[in-house]
Amino acid sequence: MTRRFLPLSRRRFLHSAAALSGATMVSGLPRLAHAAEPLTVGFIYVGPRDDYGYNQAHAEGAAAVKEIPGVTVVEEENVPETIDVQKSMESMINLDGASLLFPTSFGYFDPHVLAVAPKYPDVRFEHAAGLWTEGMPENVGSYFGYIGMGQFLNGIVAGHMTKSKKIGFVAAKPIPQVLLNINSFLLGARQVDPSINCQVIFTGEWSLAVKEAEATNALADAGCDVITCHVDGPKVVIETAAGRGCYVCGYHADQSALAPQLYLTGAEWNWANVYTGMVNTILDGGTLPNFMRGGLAEGYIKMSPLGPAVTDAARAQFESTKEVIMGGGYSVIKGPLNDNKGNVILSEGQALVETDVALESMDYLVEGVIGSTS
Amino acid sequence: MADQAVIGGSGASLLPALARRSEAVVIPLAALVVGFAIFAVFLLTQGKSPADFLGLVWKGAYGSAFSWQNTLSRAAPLLFAALCVALPARLGLVVIGGEGAIVLGGVAVGALGPAMAHVPAFIALPLMAAAAMSVGAVWIGAAGALRHYRGVNETISSLLLAYIAIALMNQLVEGPFRDPASLNKPSTAPLAESLRVGNLPGMDVHWGLAFGILGCVVSWILIDRTTWGFAARIAGGNVRAAQVQGLPVGRLILGFTALAGGFAGLAGFFEVTAVHGSANASLAAGYGYTGILIAFLARHNPLAIIPVAILLAGFGAASGLIQRRMGLPDATILVLQGFVFLSILISDTFYGRYRIFAPERWGR
Repeated sequence: MTRRFLPLSRRRFLHSAAALSGATMVSGLPRLAHAAEPLTVGFIYVGPRDDYGYNQAHAEGAAAVKEIPGVTVVEEENVPETIDVQKSMESMINLDGASLLFPTSFGYFDPHVLAVAPKYPDVRFEHAAGLWTEGMPENVGSYFGYIGMGQFLNGIVAGHMTKSKKIGFVAAKPIPQVLLNINSFLLGARQVDPSINCQVIFTGEWSLAVKEAEATNALADAGCDVITCHVDGPKVVIETAAGRGCYVCGYHADQSALAPQLYLTGAEWNWANVYTGMVNTILDGGTLPNFMRGGLAEGYIKMSPLGPAVTDAARAQFESTKEVIMGGGYSVIKGPLNDNKGNVILSEGQALVETDVALESMDYLVEGVIGSTS
Repeated sequence: MADQAVIGGSGASLLPALARRSEAVVIPLAALVVGFAIFAVFLLTQGKSPADFLGLVWKGAYGSAFSWQNTLSRAAPLLFAALCVALPARLGLVVIGGEGAIVLGGVAVGALGPAMAHVPAFIALPLMAAAAMSVGAVWIGAAGALRHYRGVNETISSLLLAYIAIALMNQLVEGPFRDPASLNKPSTAPLAESLRVGNLPGMDVHWGLAFGILGCVVSWILIDRTTWGFAARIAGGNVRAAQVQGLPVGRLILGFTALAGGFAGLAGFFEVTAVHGSANASLAAGYGYTGILIAFLARHNPLAIIPVAILLAGFGAASGLIQRRMGLPDATILVLQGFVFLSILISDTFYGRYRIFAPERWGR
């Protein structure tokens, strides 16, 4: 029976052992402050960490955290949004001594993070994309980036490069985040030429390679010559589109290696910057706000380097618009604006800046998007 | 020949009875060891230590109270999922679409949630469980009916029905049953707190485990101790012979597939009431497919499902630790499962071959 109580004391033992080894390891390094309290950080991914997409973006952040002296990183991939993730979090806490967790999939938040966090008040849970609100556990935080801005910039480059005046978007589900990306992509292109349309196809799943390939081919068949996407792993879309001779814009991570000649640019997460910032704050004894958001200016998102095919005119407008966005307060969604069924969304003079929470409940496709949310 | 043990009286028959019964335990265990041994070779080719691996499986799955609770939490839905395969298997049917019944059972519970919000839990929960079971029963029963009335292969039809079920779930959860507040993860409205199923006393494992074990025991009684089960086994052995005997083969097929689907639906019920609190796409987590593996490993014996489910749930529980400590990818556990599965399937051919398990052949 004593065995059963061992893990607790063992965990403590590991703590002190790690502290000792950490101290000896780091003693010669400048960040002495870190040696006092070694930190184990756990990352959990819903898919494979090399998916060229959502999970890889987070894994790149984890890799950057690993470089911080005195920090141990533990990772788990392919963890479903079920009791499994609750137990993975608890296992990292109980068996690895993790005190900061990044369960990175949206579906981990409610109910899983919210169920586990109250049991471990000393552990910090940082969740991507969740909406932390007053009344939720204090040791939970949610962070996310305004990546719609990145799709807007994608759209500007796409607008310059399209010859058919028709661009394509492969989307997972008609939810607010995805709709904002689709609308931003089209509105970016329309900055260049208001006659451009964007056709969207929803696959219905976050990760379903066969349908993603079908959708991409259908878009190419329909005459779209620049294609982007919002699915967990853009690899299939990028490769299929490039195989059909279309230009591609990336999403989540840098996919330029998959289509070096046809890759224009991409809207990427900059989790390495965000995560190292958060971990350093904790190491320095600070506390993290429960609700964190940021865009290009704050280093939450970044753009892939422009590809070789991008024209000078495209580059110029891309760079100048990016500069304006970096200044803050930019509105992609602004009046006059109708949805693609003719309803007025915003009238002249109205605008939603990137930080507006109204954008997080978007339920329409704007005029110029060919497709339907249901 | 078989009479000898009976004639021998209680004292003398103990050893032969033990020998006869141990066959069903020794052969699968040996197969498990062989599967592990092949896997160990695989690990060595990857430059990893099999001993470390086993140590971590132990630590992650069974080594502490926390690990046990981790394992048992994961086992709960697997018990139901495995029953969904094992029951029709006694009739010779290979049903692999339990996932569909799990998912739709969960959707039924999620959809009923708002209507039941003010009904006392002791009425609402059984009603919701019954709804989940009925939906599951119709779904897998449909595969049975297609088989019986139209001669459609139940393996294919149940698998295809599972895809339809998942598509239907997405449609329902994103459409008519969607809670408008569930913005970025379309879900049904959250269940009232009174309708959430809690944990077993003193454990961090929900009630699904207890009901799953109960389901296994009831299924065993049904198959091994009732005339219905006996008839089903005959039909499973030789359907023509069963028909000639006048057994109601059609009703057996419909009844067993429906019951199997009912158990799968119950898994969906517990997923929604005990884990998720609402129905959404996370219900399609693959339990139905792991259930196939478990049922085959348990040789479709409902009692054997319990330890096998705990074994495989333990692999799942340890999988994370193995990823973290050994730097092996998540698929490692799938490789292990694959070797064990193959080895156990092959071991099927060894039954009845060894004299040590056959007292009637002793001393000849």
